Amino acid sequence: MLARLAGRSAQDVMTYMTIPSTISGGPSIFQVRIGSGEVLSAGDEADFLVAFHQHSYEDHIHFLREGGVLLYDSDNVQPDPNKKQFVHVGVPITGLTIEALGGSAKDKGKNIFVLGLLARIFHLDTDKFKKLISERFSGKSGDVANTALMAFQAGFAYPVGNVLSRLYRFEPGMESATEKAQVTMDGNQALAYGLIAAGVRHGAGYPITPWSSVMEILRSELPKYGGLFVQAEDELGAVSLALGFSYGGHLAVTGSAGPGISLKSEAIGWASMAEIPLIVVNVQRGGPSTGLPTNVEQSDLYQAIFGGHGDSPRAVLAAATVEDCFYVALEAARIARKFSTPVIILSDSSLATRIEAFDEPDLKTLMQDPKADLAPRAQGFRPYALEHITSHAPPGTPMRDGKYPVVTGLEHDEMGHPTGSPKLHAAMTAKRRRKLQLLAEEIPVPQVHGDPEGEALLVGWGSTFGPIHEAVTRARERGESLSALHLRHLHPLPNGLNDIFDRFKRVIVIEMNDEGLYGYGQLATILRARYCNPKIRSLTKTDGLTFRVREILEGVLK
Amino acid sequence: MNAVAVVEEREKLTKKALTADHPTWCPGCGDFAVLAAFYKVLEKRQLPHESIVTLAGIGCSSRFPYFVNTHGAHFIHGRAVPLASGVSLSRPDLHVFLFGGDGDGFSIGGNHLEHGARKNIRLTYVIMDNFVYGLTKKQTSPTSPIGYRSKTDPTGAIDQPVNPIKKLVAAGATFVARTHATQINHMMQMIERAMDHDGFSVVEVLSECVEFFPGAFDAGNPRKGGTFTVIDERKWDNSPEDEARHDVTDEMAAYRLASVPFPGLFGVFFEVDRPTKNALEGKWIAEAQAKFGGASDLEILQKTFDRLK
Repeated sequence: MLARLAGRSAQDVMTYMTIPSTISGGPSIFQVRIGSGEVLSAGDEADFLVAFHQHSYEDHIHFLREGGVLLYDSDNVQPDPNKKQFVHVGVPITGLTIEALGGSAKDKGKNIFVLGLLARIFHLDTDKFKKLISERFSGKSGDVANTALMAFQAGFAYPVGNVLSRLYRFEPGMESATEKAQVTMDGNQALAYGLIAAGVRHGAGYPITPWSSVMEILRSELPKYGGLFVQAEDELGAVSLALGFSYGGHLAVTGSAGPGISLKSEAIGWASMAEIPLIVVNVQRGGPSTGLPTNVEQSDLYQAIFGGHGDSPRAVLAAATVEDCFYVALEAARIARKFSTPVIILSDSSLATRIEAFDEPDLKTLMQDPKADLAPRAQGFRPYALEHITSHAPPGTPMRDGKYPVVTGLEHDEMGHPTGSPKLHAAMTAKRRRKLQLLAEEIPVPQVHGDPEGEALLVGWGSTFGPIHEAVTRARERGESLSALHLRHLHPLPNGLNDIFDRFKRVIVIEMNDEGLYGYGQLATILRARYCNPKIRSLTKTDGLTFRVREILEGVLK
Repeated sequence: MNAVAVVEEREKLTKKALTADHPTWCPGCGDFAVLAAFYKVLEKRQLPHESIVTLAGIGCSSRFPYFVNTHGAHFIHGRAVPLASGVSLSRPDLHVFLFGGDGDGFSIGGNHLEHGARKNIRLTYVIMDNFVYGLTKKQTSPTSPIGYRSKTDPTGAIDQPVNPIKKLVAAGATFVARTHATQINHMMQMIERAMDHDGFSVVEVLSECVEFFPGAFDAGNPRKGGTFTVIDERKWDNSPEDEARHDVTDEMAAYRLASVPFPGLFGVFFEVDRPTKNALEGKWIAEAQAKFGGASDLEILQKTFDRLK
């Protein structure tokens, strides 16, 4: 709610949520970073820590910067009195909440009470807050909304005093000329709504963290648009159902996290061979195997690009921010349709659960028409013509010459008949590969952030966008020559990267995966293989946490 | 002014129009007869040519789509049921036929078969059961009888085979029939009844592999000295003899009939009406859309975004 308030106040916001993978719950952390102007990462250190329980105090006090404020529930938390570098503010949150609400609510509402406290401390817009609370609980009975408002009022009324050692004041967001409205959501929501805008009306999936909420949203939303999302019996069934939808003429989506993508990989190979369009979302988590199901990692890049059997081209994109999750879905659908190919979208658990506010997309210009093309096909239709990109005739399409196509995972001739011809296998393999080469030509060359030449270029992909850009901005303020390049299209790579690399003394690829046997992370290895450029170095980490700006600067400038 | 409906004169759907590549099966393979029966059913029923879809996974019998000139897809091993489910659920205008063998359906695809049946997805699945892996040249299949000598069980198969009828009834298939590739008329009847059934309909066809399990189904073929015993279904004519006939809606009776030792019985074991997933999802979609009173996709998504502001 704090995030949504900031979004509505034209303040930039970024959150980071950590939920343990235990069913019974356990400590959840929710970070919110708010700023006037652009907020790029969730921040390295906290200015303000709210602790409801002793264990959360003990686990997280080290995140608080020196001089930071600890707001704690004095009914449950005993802070270490020797830690004099912090400002300690004890409020009997539990007691006061019970007192304020009385009755059966017990201490439910503590978090809303704290929101009231925070609103007071940070001079936040209480009217907007109250409206948000009413909206948030509008589905429930009036009592619940009233109780929540009472908790908020009680918190707001508590005489907490001026506890801030620094003055925080959020400038009302620049009321920009365009006055673009902001929408606030997490990465999985942005992805799901991006798919809907892209005209994707069908899909299938199987539950797995952190992908599940994408399928939950699509399952509820798609019927409104006349579409359907099916929960399948397993990952293999999910990708096969999705391919059934796509074969039927409706570009479909399936998704998972790394382990589930492994299960889908045979069918993705079929999509490459049969040239059926398909969107596959991988919300990455720490691996391999069950790995770190609720932590972040970017270790599925190889899987996305090379995870198939045989020469099985597929396009691979990665979302940079929550906002980009929306737009990357549109780009994936565009590529899948135009090139009749599987497209893999890489997101990760930090984007999936992070809430950001961003400019409302212009849906009028973005919405895609999902209609299947069942117009009769003329005489001489060849499903796999060698000289142009495959465009299928879905079932239901009348074929004027009476010859009906079979799409197939066997190597085939132009009509789809199986063939063992060595010449045809070579020609068809090249045809499938050429699609991605054509795609590479139309991808825009990414813009360098910072000077177009200099000492070092930081190359990133996926959710490291924020911390890398913030690191560059900070370093440049200190006079360091640092620039950044972010790759959204990972396979095929855009043309022109080598020219960019040539203008820097060092190129450092920053990614959340292992440095591998030879000292380079996954993208770094691919870039070195592609450009044979020894300048390309690697900065990696595998602690299951997002990059801190400080880690990047220390790693790069050492 | 009279509106004149422009009706395109449809060409009659003949065997010639339905014939595609020459089958790659071995001479004498039981699957030829299944293909012939399918042509005949399609000729008889005269469905719109473009609305017929023929799908398959992997195996000898799964080559079927290449031999039928209709829209078709040759998918991967074991996953044809979910592929066909995707086609069926999103395209109510199509007639979805699925073909495969015992390995594809009962072994690698066993889980999908169960869930397709449970969800009662509207499609017709013809399983050509030859009790052996033929395409990979004689390995034990999930329906190979105990004692069958294969390359993977040189001293004879030891694992309890799947009973396809029991498996299908237990999983929730709403039409389950069994026939024999040498009995063309019976096979046609079963395929026709399956395609008329609104739900997940399966026909198991005993289809001999002349190469790796010759004579496997002679016991069910009168011309080879066997007996082809057809299930006597209840006619509901109040006659005293009707009492003894098989009630196809009786699940327990279906299990009893499915327990008759090889070559067993042929005909419809089980047939019930239960809402299909197609119908249930369709109802849900209609209700979801009704709430928006004909709003465009753009308007619906815009509304959602307005709530996220």
